[in-house]
Amino acid sequence: MPIGIFMFLAAFAIIAGFGVIMQRNPVHCVLALALVLIDLGVLFMGLDAVTLGFLQIIVYVGAIMVLFLFVIWLLNIQADPGAGRHLGLKLFGSIAAAALAAEFAAIIVHAPKIREIRTLPADFGTVAALARSLFSDYLVAFEVTSVLLLAAIVGAIALARKVSAPLVLVTPALSRDVSTPASSASDPAAHRKSA
Amino acid sequence: MNQFTLAAVNFAWLPILPLIAVTLGAMVIMLVGPGIDDEDSAGLGLIALMTVLAAFVLTLFTLGENTLSFGGALALDDYSGFFELVILVATAVTIGMSLDYVADERIAGAEYYSLILFAALGMMLMATAGDLIIIFLGLETMSIAVYALVGFLRRDPRSSEAALKYFLLGAFSTGFLLYGIALVYGATGTIRLDPVRAAVATDMASNPLLLMGLGMMLIGFGFKVAAVPFHMWTPDAYEGAPTPVTAFMAVGVKVAAFAGFLRIFLVHLGPVSAQWSAVLWVLAVLTMSVGNLIALVQSNIKRMLAYSAIAHAGYIILGMAAASSHQAGGAILYYLLGYSFTTLGAFAVVIALERAGEARDRISDFRGLARTHPGLAAAMAIFMLSLAGVPPLAGFVGKFYLFSAALNAGLVWLVIIAALNSAISVYYYTRVIVEMYAREGNEIDVKRIGARPALLLSIVAGVAGTVLIGIFPQPYMGASASAFAAAAGRPALKTTAMLR
Repeated sequence: MPIGIFMFLAAFAIIAGFGVIMQRNPVHCVLALALVLIDLGVLFMGLDAVTLGFLQIIVYVGAIMVLFLFVIWLLNIQADPGAGRHLGLKLFGSIAAAALAAEFAAIIVHAPKIREIRTLPADFGTVAALARSLFSDYLVAFEVTSVLLLAAIVGAIALARKVSAPLVLVTPALSRDVSTPASSASDPAAHRKSA
Repeated sequence: MNQFTLAAVNFAWLPILPLIAVTLGAMVIMLVGPGIDDEDSAGLGLIALMTVLAAFVLTLFTLGENTLSFGGALALDDYSGFFELVILVATAVTIGMSLDYVADERIAGAEYYSLILFAALGMMLMATAGDLIIIFLGLETMSIAVYALVGFLRRDPRSSEAALKYFLLGAFSTGFLLYGIALVYGATGTIRLDPVRAAVATDMASNPLLLMGLGMMLIGFGFKVAAVPFHMWTPDAYEGAPTPVTAFMAVGVKVAAFAGFLRIFLVHLGPVSAQWSAVLWVLAVLTMSVGNLIALVQSNIKRMLAYSAIAHAGYIILGMAAASSHQAGGAILYYLLGYSFTTLGAFAVVIALERAGEARDRISDFRGLARTHPGLAAAMAIFMLSLAGVPPLAGFVGKFYLFSAALNAGLVWLVIIAALNSAISVYYYTRVIVEMYAREGNEIDVKRIGARPALLLSIVAGVAGTVLIGIFPQPYMGASASAFAAAAGRPALKTTAMLR
């Protein structure tokens, strides 16, 4: 990929990245994020990882970003009215981010230069090459990822499921602590009570 | 065009049978679970328990193997076997504690037990990982399952708060770990651990990419083992979680995180230990001191044990700061073994006091327990003494091995600080004992322990482990040392084909 195009895409990603954090309207933030991800996908394609580039756009922009938008609309999230609040925290965050960026810049400058430039195999970036890699070198990782997603689904369902019928509390005669409202109110965190 | 042959990959099926067994068990529970009411979930728990036992036996068969399976993705040696056994015991004891608890609290059993097994799978993967991707995936499988488990007490706002806090900070820390892995990959050109060691052994000590990656991975693991200053989530998550899950976090998650942490840092980044051992020195001092000092003022037993778990992570990091000496490695494994049994037992006693819908988790709830329930009180006393490091229990012997290994490595000041910390910790551990034995009791009605055989067995297992490992340390110490040597001694392979 010509260095000029790379520079353009990289700069565009950074500008779009600023768009993600600078907008007030959450929908605009998500659209800016989609822009970043499309840009990255194009970068991947320019670096010969064509399949990965398409997957990036299809999965992230086509599925995940749309999901983000649905969530924003479903929850009816409005533009943040209190943009001037938490200035101290924002200042601290900016300083920390700037320090991290400076550190990374220093590291990249001081990192040893790449000594050998390997030529890519002829089929690099094709679907076949990606599949071969996934089902040989990374077979375990590939399979474990599916178990990971399964665990995430089970966890999400368990937490989103309706709470079953409320628990019948122990009767006051049996329990010294919930016998008087005063004692339980004095230490509300100490005892688990169902509403 | 490259010819694709399966022969290029070393498929060693036998050593991964324990992993497959645990996965299958989780799926069976998911399939039969929906037909079972929440009150009768003990049957699902028994399926989970049998799965864990099967995996335990299968793991015993694989001991003595020393292979890199799946092209180096899994490192199956005595090190992974040792940690798999500890993790499976912790899982089994956790399930044993859960049987009645889950039914009493009307927790959704199918989801609960399958997530416990998924978490166990993630932990075992961290112990067996031979490359950085598997470490990451194992950590994520474990973490995501545990995030959900923490929030399982749906009626208790503390539980939801704990789950959210743990999830947000955990996801944040995972980002650090992943960034670190990416940088190490950038510096060394490989994600397989053996070639990473070969690469860092050459000329990497001053490569800023590697150092940055190393630091980021340190932060990621620091969160998972609850090292100060990355410990903020620990007390809230431990307090809010269902108590068996708290025990699982304090033992399973911690042991698994240390399994990955030790293998990556002590073994595979050992050649550049000069670059990170000073950081661990500071981390150890902070973790021990902050953990012990804040534990002094806790009135909630789960929070107290949370800070105690932080302090114990500090002792283990002290062992890691003793760099890659084999003696220190074996001592750390032994310490983790003793810590696991003791902590599991202590949480089992806490569960024994609880009633449905009511957490008796204040230290004052233990008042006078020795009069009403002498057995429970005696068990709790043994666990507290072991955690404090009183001979001849497991905690003492572990500390003895750990501190002497650190002394041999020349870390005199660190050991002095650690000894002072141990002395501080005696105060808050004995406070529980004083409450149980010396104070007048407020008669609490504990559900008869004899009616809960699984919980009773969990406590007995904790006592037996704590006492036996302490009184007869030699076989366990030998196993720990040889397990660590198995990971450290494997000849580093020079190359693997990453892109063919």
